[in-house]
Amino acid sequence: MARSLYNTDLYREKLESVSADVLRNVRINKGFLVWMGILTISLAACLYAYTIQLQKGLGVTGLRDATSWGMYIATFVFFVATSLIGMLISSVLGLSGTKWIKPITRIAEIIAVAFAAVAGLVIISDMGRPDRFPYLFLYGRIQSPILWDVTVVTTYLFVSLMLWFIPLIPDLAISKSRLEGRPGFLIKIYEILSVKWVNHDRQFQIMHQAMRILLILIVPLAFAIHTVTSWLFAVTPRAGWDSTIFGPYFISGAFVSGTAAVIIAMYFFRENYKLQKYLTDFHFEKIGRVLALVSIIYIYFNINEFIVPGYKLKTHEAIHLKELFTGHYAWLFWGVQLAGLVIPVALLLIKRMRKPLPLLLISIVVFAASWFKRYLIVVPVQGHPYLPIQNVPVEWMVYKPTIIETSVTMASMILVLMIITILSKLFPVVPIWEIAEEEATVNEEIEHK
Amino acid sequence: MSEEINKPGSDDQEIDETLESSRRDFLKKVGLVGAASVAGAAAVYSGYRFEKNKNKGDTVKVLTEDNRLVEVSKEEINDIKYQVKSFQTKGRDGIKGKKWVMVIDLSKCRNARKCVNACQSAHHLRPYEYHINTLVMQESVNTPKYFMPKPCQHCDNPPCVSVCPVDATYKRQDGIVLIDNERCIGCRFCMAACPYSARMFHWQEPMNAEEDKNKPYNVELNVPQKKGTISKCLFSADRVRENALPYCVSACPNGVFYFGDENEDSVTNGTTKETVSFSELLEKNGAYRLMAELGTKPRVYYLPPKNRIFDFTEGEKPEYKETT
Repeated sequence: MARSLYNTDLYREKLESVSADVLRNVRINKGFLVWMGILTISLAACLYAYTIQLQKGLGVTGLRDATSWGMYIATFVFFVATSLIGMLISSVLGLSGTKWIKPITRIAEIIAVAFAAVAGLVIISDMGRPDRFPYLFLYGRIQSPILWDVTVVTTYLFVSLMLWFIPLIPDLAISKSRLEGRPGFLIKIYEILSVKWVNHDRQFQIMHQAMRILLILIVPLAFAIHTVTSWLFAVTPRAGWDSTIFGPYFISGAFVSGTAAVIIAMYFFRENYKLQKYLTDFHFEKIGRVLALVSIIYIYFNINEFIVPGYKLKTHEAIHLKELFTGHYAWLFWGVQLAGLVIPVALLLIKRMRKPLPLLLISIVVFAASWFKRYLIVVPVQGHPYLPIQNVPVEWMVYKPTIIETSVTMASMILVLMIITILSKLFPVVPIWEIAEEEATVNEEIEHK
Repeated sequence: MSEEINKPGSDDQEIDETLESSRRDFLKKVGLVGAASVAGAAAVYSGYRFEKNKNKGDTVKVLTEDNRLVEVSKEEINDIKYQVKSFQTKGRDGIKGKKWVMVIDLSKCRNARKCVNACQSAHHLRPYEYHINTLVMQESVNTPKYFMPKPCQHCDNPPCVSVCPVDATYKRQDGIVLIDNERCIGCRFCMAACPYSARMFHWQEPMNAEEDKNKPYNVELNVPQKKGTISKCLFSADRVRENALPYCVSACPNGVFYFGDENEDSVTNGTTKETVSFSELLEKNGAYRLMAELGTKPRVYYLPPKNRIFDFTEGEKPEYKETT
């Protein structure tokens, strides 16, 4: 009975066919170079905007004393939020034995790594003195939530990177002999990163053990990073941020933007990498249900966050809510709540809407709305502090993001795209050995019957 | 060509001779200069010895920083300039045994804005950059409007200090909350946390950046101000160290501000220079603190705007424009 699956002919056969399909995309072709070229040029243009900011100070942004956190912090929250999807897919669904997530775990981890890695850089773009970043380590005070954030985001990034890399090792070993015609450096990288993997049972055993530990470890870590991010706001006494449900409110929202991101990536890889065989309608159907579920949970937290203070209408809460419901931010607010959350849920309940293309369109709207949602959490609260803003220039009264600020934000998004591109183009984007294993097991079961 | 070079030419000899003579010349000069400097040094040294002996025994009594009276000989006295480090050490310690408090009598404020101006000129701020600002307040439609000077409240439970990740903003033993611009990383978490909007940020190069460039940074004055860092009201920590009243307090023409030491239970009015009992002043006038319900425990007390001897007129509002 202890006969290992990894030594059967059936497994080897499956491995051949899957690796052929997947490795077809692992190459440095014209499309890749052109795309990376476009990204690099746009990144350079956007980084030029950052040099202006470095030179002249944060005054080149729309930020002023009243609204001193804006687009950058909103983007930071959005990035941290989106990165949580790695934990939801690999751990929560993976540990509960969900089989259909196998082909998308790596996509989810790539998204986790890319967004978590750039989130830290976004914070630096918001700093008045980025040159003093090392002070966080030299003079860090443990009671500041910023210290907690720095600690957990780095840890989360590292563990996510491991969760991407460890299941990739067998794939690297499988692939390195199948990479004829690829540049030598790539084969060399595969050789080094495959850490002498020989498909030995003992190796699989160690890998499964390591993965188990990491998959359990990442759950509290992921909760920690986004709860702490929410506490950057919730620990302040400001009306609109001073909320006890900010932790779960942020986490539930994180799953919405993350799931949308994974769906967008799935669709892209399915079409571009011709992976219809592995990312099937069935997978879209399933992940569509996940999106509906997490959106419904998020709506529930939104109801709590707005209805409870809306019922009491305490002076400053009332001013804030009025700004959102009927005031300056009303269009954005209702747009995000309805088009970005309620309507998508209604649509997702229809089976036809969970087909790849409609699901992609819904996800794009949800994903974009998720960014604006973070903007609405960060910005409007500061426009109405407890004491009135008086005797200042007009620019200081209402926050309006500038082009420079938008460009620097774009730079961070381009960086995310670059990381995703590199990780998904130079390495197999769906796990070859796991899919072969899955297919072989299914075939075996059928034969036994 | 090569033959010509190998031939010992007359030109080369000439050059050699010139070089030789200039070398001798040079050595002579060096010798002269050397002798002269030895003589000069000897003269200077004997002069120094003479001066030294003349002053021997002359001493002077000086008070050290830790309040000891000591005697040193006069010749050993050097004028020193306060450097950033010494500013930092005393700026972080605060003044032992003191608990500074401010009382603001709203019934007397007519929005003269002299406090604002004095503060801005002391701390090198632009007209729209505030450590203290006077606001027009109105609690509700039926209650009267009044003017309210608003400095930092120097809370005893300061939210800004709690959230600072690098110990740039801190609470001193004498109750003052300061910000160290040499440490601040510009994350603005303190601004987000402050319910009184008491903090400002240098979004651009500070007003006097060029002129102040070479001054040692005084954490008790926040000068030179620094781009990309926070600045805030300091209760004029540099002035109270010299037993003087804060800039805003002494600039007020209307007797709005009282400032003093809670431990001594006395506060002094900046205009009349009259010193009164702190607790009595609060008790007799129904004093309160801003947003006491937040639990921040401010060190600034307000006396309500009752029995005003003037009519409230808002006057013309000046227009503020961003400048570089």
